[in-house]
Amino acid sequence: MSIAAAPSEFNYSHRHLLGIESLTPAEIDGLLDLANDAADFNRQANRKRDVLRGLTQINLFFEASTRTQSSFELAGKRLGADVMNMPVQSSSIKKGETLIDTAMTLNAMNPDILVVRHHAAGAVELLAQKVDCSVINAGDGGHEHPTQALLDALTIRRNKGRIAGLIVAISGDIMHSRVARSNIILLNALGAQVRIIAPSTLMPPFAERLGAEVFHSMADGLKDADIVMMLRLQRERMSGSYVPSEREYFHFFGLDQDKLKAAKPDALIMHPGPMNRGVEIDSAVADLERSVISEQVEMGVAVRMAVLEALARRIIKP
Amino acid sequence: MRLPKTGRTKTKTPATGQAATAFINAHLIDPESGLEEPGGLVVENGLIADLGGHLRRNAPEGAKVVDCSGHVLAPGLIDMIVFAGEPGYEHRETVATASRAAAAGGVTTIICTPQTQPVIDDVALVDFIERLARDTAVVHVHPMAAITKGLAGEEMTEIGLLKGAGAVAFSDGKRSIANAQVMRRALSYAKDFGALTVHHTEDPLLVNGGVMNEGEVSSRLGLPGVPSAAETIMLERDIRLVELTGGRYHAAQISCRASLEVIRQAKAQGLPVTCGVSINHLTLNENDVGSYRTFFKIRPPLRREEDRLAMVEGLVAGDIDVIVSAHDPKDADVKRRPFAEASDGAIGLETLLPAALRLYHNQDIGLPQLLAAMTCRPAKLLGLPSGLLQIGAPADLILIDLTTPWVVDPDKLHSKSKNTPFDESRLEGLVLRTIVAGETVYTYAEA
Repeated sequence: MSIAAAPSEFNYSHRHLLGIESLTPAEIDGLLDLANDAADFNRQANRKRDVLRGLTQINLFFEASTRTQSSFELAGKRLGADVMNMPVQSSSIKKGETLIDTAMTLNAMNPDILVVRHHAAGAVELLAQKVDCSVINAGDGGHEHPTQALLDALTIRRNKGRIAGLIVAISGDIMHSRVARSNIILLNALGAQVRIIAPSTLMPPFAERLGAEVFHSMADGLKDADIVMMLRLQRERMSGSYVPSEREYFHFFGLDQDKLKAAKPDALIMHPGPMNRGVEIDSAVADLERSVISEQVEMGVAVRMAVLEALARRIIKP
Repeated sequence: MRLPKTGRTKTKTPATGQAATAFINAHLIDPESGLEEPGGLVVENGLIADLGGHLRRNAPEGAKVVDCSGHVLAPGLIDMIVFAGEPGYEHRETVATASRAAAAGGVTTIICTPQTQPVIDDVALVDFIERLARDTAVVHVHPMAAITKGLAGEEMTEIGLLKGAGAVAFSDGKRSIANAQVMRRALSYAKDFGALTVHHTEDPLLVNGGVMNEGEVSSRLGLPGVPSAAETIMLERDIRLVELTGGRYHAAQISCRASLEVIRQAKAQGLPVTCGVSINHLTLNENDVGSYRTFFKIRPPLRREEDRLAMVEGLVAGDIDVIVSAHDPKDADVKRRPFAEASDGAIGLETLLPAALRLYHNQDIGLPQLLAAMTCRPAKLLGLPSGLLQIGAPADLILIDLTTPWVVDPDKLHSKSKNTPFDESRLEGLVLRTIVAGETVYTYAEA
């Protein structure tokens, strides 16, 4: 079975996927259609295809990641690519090699696709300029995390049947979140109404200019929301620097049954993971039936397969 | 921001169903509306039930009548900066003794500052102060909570939960937050909760061990000085941070002309900035330090006479919003020392109003305007329902004799500590009666 029977005419015109910012709504829809087929395919018994046969995919994660890296690895393997995980911790990168030198070294090995995560915003784009292969941004600092936004969109679309017109409330550490940025861009492009909720200390300056409505209270921000997307708050930001304490953060911004009442009764609960139960989300709420947190992980593999396939079509095309 | 409802904003709740009390033959002053007229006022169930010229001679039937003999009947004072000793410094002051001093000075609401031991930086401490207030105080007492944990200037406190528990404002007491990033985040975070940040503005590195105003007098006395720029620089920094964050900001005490200019500019810009001045900086100057008199050692230090005049001018112009006593009880052990080694601070609850009346007697300022800085203006900043002589407002009232002269005798003061800079001073005007939530808690005859 082909995972791209219907949208076979969809042509991804870029060499890389560096951010949602550079995609048109049609391209986003095309990727989501492709990913939707991949999701169905992944639920079958035989999950092996060969559209990436002969291609080399290198995962280069400068920042520790479990789910994103394994998701990309699995996606590449299911499509038949030769996947290699570059061990950053024990490599020359740790010995002081610059990003550009690392890029040149990898480039000399002639990979076809590089999947890169880096702690500095803009680093993936910089690397992409120096290599001849396709580059997928798996998260660059506080900038973008395009495959996360795509998998969130796919999860929403599969549950709600659409994205246009939905009210999506994103709550948490917006300031430092690449997930929030990519989601705001994507959801706006597809016609959703995006809200962001955080204490002022975790809200980026001029947040209202990013294409989202800004709230500092859960009750107001969650009102009539169709989607409640919680972001993780790093513990080191909760001891008085950005937020006074975990206790206070949970009291005012943690998603519990009470605060959830403001949202629509069938509102989906989402979280990009990893969760801090009892900090940004109440344990019972995370496990509710309308919590689609596990489904997001599942869609993650599908979305990454779709992205890899879209890039591969361009590589293979003579 | 939604706050948890605790219903503990009032500490003194009057018994209901009592007979009304009518204060007749009074000179009514409501600083908020500017009302000033001969009349009377009726108190019922702890609230002002009626007032006006029609009650000047006639009390409602069945009401207990108090003849005010033409004296001023005004809202009780609200003192925003009071160190009440508890917990940790009970040898200097307790909530109970501070409240009795307040009652004798016509102060019906005191806001106590958080530099206690332990510091009021936790919900449990706010609860503790409220319990003490309810059980031991004769006037309203509300805590200010710390901005940073342990007043260390590093990590912000649980501002949302503390406000929900009853903290009326946030302050690091007599400490300035030197780290601009910490101050920025605190202002930014407090804004979401509508919380007021009250900041003591003295750059600690410029203070650098200074003990009095830096100037000719400090040079003659051979004492290390604190330049007024130490205050103004910190204030200017804060104003920029307010501009950045939009947080509500109140400079606890300004003391010099340059600071007044900074406040004026900030207000002209429309920033949410207000400021206070202590009664000491309105009525005393650096020359009062004289021969190393430690009762005049305060922070910020007493400045030049021209700065004092600027403070009066700022008050008259409305640029200075609030007058505080900056009540800071210190025992003799820490005051009877060489000037540089003595502790700073002065008590002031009982002399706040009589000392302020100096400005009125000098014809520097009108009475309603003077009282506004100690009644309706702090009430508005702190979100308190009092400070008004209006129907429905809490019956927190004072009866003021404007003219009787008296000499301050520290032994007769109610505060546990006697470190008053008005020691042996001649003052004109005193409080005859203080009423809190409809109950008389002080009368001059008793004193």
